[in-house]
Amino acid sequence: MTVLLETRGLVKQFGAFRAVDSVDFRVQEGEVLALIGSNGAGKTTLVNLISGLLRADAGHIVFRGADVTAQSVHERITAGIARSFQLVNLFDQLSALDNVALAIFSRQKKTRKLLSLAEADRPVWQEAIEILATFGMESKARVLAGGLSQGERKLLDVAIAYALKPRLLFLDEPTSGVSTREKAPIMDTISSVVRSDRISAAIIEHDMDVVFSYSDRIVAMHQGAILADGTPEEIRRDERVLTTLIGTPESK
Amino acid sequence: MSTVTVALEHRSPVRTLGWAVPALVILVALPFVADQYQTILLAYGLVMGIAALGFNLLLGYTGLLSFGHSAYFGVGAYTVALMVKYLGVTSMEAYLGGAIIACVLVTAIFGFACVRYTRIFFGILTMALSQVLWSLAFKFFWVTGGTDGLRVPTPTLLGVVTGSGDKIAFLATAYYYYVLAVFIACVALMWVIVNSPFGRALQAIRDNEVRAAFVGIQIRKYRWVAFLVSGVFTGLAGALWVPLNGLTTPDIMHWTFSGEIVFMTVLGGFRSFTGPIIGAIVFNYLKTYAVGYTVYWQLLLGVVLVVLVLSLPTGIVGTADRLRARWRAR
Amino acid sequence: MDIVFIHLLNALLYASVLFLIAGGLSLIYGVMRIVNLAHGNLYAFGAYVSAWAVGRALAMTGGETGGPSGMGSTVLMLAILPAGAVAAAAVGAVLEPTLLRPFYRRAEEYQLLVTFGLLMILDDVIRFIWGPYPLTASALFENFGSLTIGDAIYPTYNFLVIGVGALAAVFLWAFIYRTRFGVVLRATSQDMRMAAALGVNVNRVYVQAFTLGCLMAGLGGAIIVPSQSAVLGMGVDALILSFIVVVVGGLGSLEGALLGALIVGLVREAGIAFFPEIELAVLYLIAALVLLVRPAGLFGRA
Repeated sequence: MTVLLETRGLVKQFGAFRAVDSVDFRVQEGEVLALIGSNGAGKTTLVNLISGLLRADAGHIVFRGADVTAQSVHERITAGIARSFQLVNLFDQLSALDNVALAIFSRQKKTRKLLSLAEADRPVWQEAIEILATFGMESKARVLAGGLSQGERKLLDVAIAYALKPRLLFLDEPTSGVSTREKAPIMDTISSVVRSDRISAAIIEHDMDVVFSYSDRIVAMHQGAILADGTPEEIRRDERVLTTLIGTPESK
Repeated sequence: MSTVTVALEHRSPVRTLGWAVPALVILVALPFVADQYQTILLAYGLVMGIAALGFNLLLGYTGLLSFGHSAYFGVGAYTVALMVKYLGVTSMEAYLGGAIIACVLVTAIFGFACVRYTRIFFGILTMALSQVLWSLAFKFFWVTGGTDGLRVPTPTLLGVVTGSGDKIAFLATAYYYYVLAVFIACVALMWVIVNSPFGRALQAIRDNEVRAAFVGIQIRKYRWVAFLVSGVFTGLAGALWVPLNGLTTPDIMHWTFSGEIVFMTVLGGFRSFTGPIIGAIVFNYLKTYAVGYTVYWQLLLGVVLVVLVLSLPTGIVGTADRLRARWRAR
Repeated sequence: MDIVFIHLLNALLYASVLFLIAGGLSLIYGVMRIVNLAHGNLYAFGAYVSAWAVGRALAMTGGETGGPSGMGSTVLMLAILPAGAVAAAAVGAVLEPTLLRPFYRRAEEYQLLVTFGLLMILDDVIRFIWGPYPLTASALFENFGSLTIGDAIYPTYNFLVIGVGALAAVFLWAFIYRTRFGVVLRATSQDMRMAAALGVNVNRVYVQAFTLGCLMAGLGGAIIVPSQSAVLGMGVDALILSFIVVVVGGLGSLEGALLGALIVGLVREAGIAFFPEIELAVLYLIAALVLLVRPAGLFGRA
């Protein structure tokens, strides 16, 4: 499999604290990867660096062969990197449909148009409805994002990122704050969408059931560095991961 | 980060036309039913309506509160006056064209400086820049006429209609209709802009800057364009205003005039499309009739603004909508 | 050479007043994250109150203290001078809980709008109370006489202003970094919720911080008014100038306000000396350059 994204020696420091400590991280084409680690391990910071929310202090980020380290958020999105947020970040005053449509307008560079009515662009709205349907939310199209349930908000967050037609999707804890009952349907939806469109995904997750059920590969981080990297089976047996994250074999 | 507490209303086109048509009829018929003074007074109101409409693209739709919009009004007005003084131009169309060009230049530069910054810095920076222009209008008195200002005669409309003869009659009929036509064009244009994909992007930036960035919108660039469009509308208003007033002086570039623009927009309701227009027209009447009563006009404005923000933050239009919704829910 | 020294003194004079105003603005922002657009008018208010109080004191005591130029009068005027600072602080203490507190949870635009309204109100209140003509306290200024520096004469009173500015900087530093209240202030400014969770009465800290900021602005007005009269419009000019100071030095930092005030004072003085016409433009240029290079200012944490 070809490498889609690669970071080399990526560093991010906050004062004396090294949140991301010379990380070499890889995502391959077509794979679903889980990024695990205790709180403060550096997972979200790594995603923030790759998606462009933060500027790296050192190191390189290479996406599809091009060095994107110095690129703006906007450029990275155009290149094909999209993300959802740990704390759901939506346009609460807009309907679910409007949220998704906005992403489509942006992707198609139509947001530059001042002199045409947004409502008149039928293809965009058609696609928006279809995307909502893919995520099982077409019945909530007209509901304001602020009025959706937590699970629906999480899905909408992913749907918006998906509407940007990315090659690589980062999902930051897509099931956090969601009841256990809802987790599986949400992950099923996300997983099937991502795999059928051959989008590569990197999912930050704490729920080990989700991690082991849905990922092709697991990367474990600890204190800003990569602790282990391998298939779910390999990780399940990895001593270091077991002691720092999952617990000792006896307790498991 | 700003959190919007009331969403902008989505009005279906039919409902919009519902009140627009009667309003239009009244506006068109006015010179025939009202006296000249009232007609000219409304012309002032319509002009300020255009200024407030432009201003609100930044505030209501992009979430940027400018305290220096008087600068662009002044640039529009002084461009006209200088065209008269140095080029002897009398065509109203030339005035409007010149004002637009001048405003594009000034807003492009000012906007580039201002939109890089957070709301607070943005506000004070806009105020400071307009004060710089104001002081320049004083300093270069041999160009701008200083405190005496510059006189502007009645212009030629569409190359044929001139103001020779009875000036008041001209202003109350031909010029009034000209202003009305430009007003309608501006309202229509602004309506399209705020309902365009661009307009939606602006509102996204206003509501959630980070998410807007992560949907691929270039925040700074879009704010800059909004700044430009906003300033040009207000500058256009300034150009329309000068022939009405006959004279332009530096105080239209002073921060207190910016304050009036802010006030009328908040009065009408900055979270709606029509709010600024209504606010401008109402304010115009308020100012005309109240200024006679008190010299402490600023104090009155300030107190009303504070009261408005405390208790009626959605302004006239927002409050009217709320009351109407409550009445319907009975 | 003496001319250079004079210019330096003038720059320090200007910087002292600017530090007080901008420092107050920065302090309030640092603790409460609000920018009071009426801050400049509190400086103006302080100037007017002090000028008025000094005038009244002089008028009431008449010849008892040896006439306007007597030593007694000077002492009296000096004692009354801080009245402006106290008045500004009092206004601040009333304003914060009534008009500002309701807006902390609301969108930022509303905060700006309400302080803008306050700006307009204060502007006219000053005009209402004291009329459109300038108010002076020049008797005090003259009583201090002047010093000869080489070939030039320099007003002695200006040294007092510089001294007060320097003292204020030292006092504030000590207050914020060496007292218990200072610790509470810094804690609240860094993390309000945490401070509240630790038992800090945040409301009280806020009104205290705001009052202190207003006191500083009022003090700036009070000490400068014998040197320059109190005029209408001085408030907004001060606001814009202190904005330049915090742009250069960074909003929310007292060190930044000090450094920014010094830089602005020096630049302005240099500008006046060489290019009297474009002085304001040079200041804006500096501000623009700083913003381009370091958007948060030199020390800022906006």
